[in-house]
Amino acid sequence: MTLAVFSILALASVVAALLMVFSKNPVHSVIYLILAFFMIAGLYVLLNAQFLAVVHIIVYAGAIMVLFLFVLMLLNLNKDTEPNKSALWKMGAAIAAGTLLVTMVGALKGSMQLQPGTPNSSVGLVENLGKQLFTEFVVPFEIAGILFLAAMVGAVLVGKRDLKL
Amino acid sequence: MLDIIQTVPIDYFVYLSTLLFGIGVLGVLTRRNAIIVLMCVELMLNAVNLLLAAFSTYLGDAQGQIMVFFIMVVAAAEAAVGLGILVMIYRNTKSTDISLLDNLKY
Repeated sequence: MTLAVFSILALASVVAALLMVFSKNPVHSVIYLILAFFMIAGLYVLLNAQFLAVVHIIVYAGAIMVLFLFVLMLLNLNKDTEPNKSALWKMGAAIAAGTLLVTMVGALKGSMQLQPGTPNSSVGLVENLGKQLFTEFVVPFEIAGILFLAAMVGAVLVGKRDLKL
Repeated sequence: MLDIIQTVPIDYFVYLSTLLFGIGVLGVLTRRNAIIVLMCVELMLNAVNLLLAAFSTYLGDAQGQIMVFFIMVVAAAEAAVGLGILVMIYRNTKSTDISLLDNLKY
């Protein structure tokens, strides 16, 4: 049962990612990527990481992809305007990506004999993660807040029309 | 409760993540629209996130999931700044074609 659910989610996420890469219309690409993100969120639920699944949907599907969609609409790119790369370039890119894939699979194959630890079903729950985040990882957490502030200021500054310093 | 550890080997997660990462690389190399290139980078980050979460669950250690949380923070900041830069580029060149952005090329 779990294996079947995993297979369906994995297949759907790979197909959605491929459609994202190969669809001509950028808006369709965004929609397919959101679909892939939902499938990955399903995998998080399967992994018993409920907090991550919810945060993933809120941050990626809810914030980042909406930002992408907004920019696409603002720049009026919601039609096929992209000139194609040459067939030679595409073939080279496919060979490069395929070689990387084969190399990584070959390198990782058989390297997963990990000690199974003590499986703990409460690892991914909000209570446990919150405790870890606010005790052991509180300094990185605060630094992440500063990073967000810097990114926000930077995005506003870069997006301003007439920059007078 | 955690029958995924018994029924799905960790190898499957490794292969799935590698495949998603490879698709992201393929997109970065083939597409010319800078927005789609950024989206492919997001997909690659997600492949890594999935693998971190899988190992975290299989090892019963929460630190992998904390790491995923911080990667999400960085991805959100990266998307915001990247899209800001992209809008600025579009204002100057009237295009988001990355092959036009070769001013720094030797």
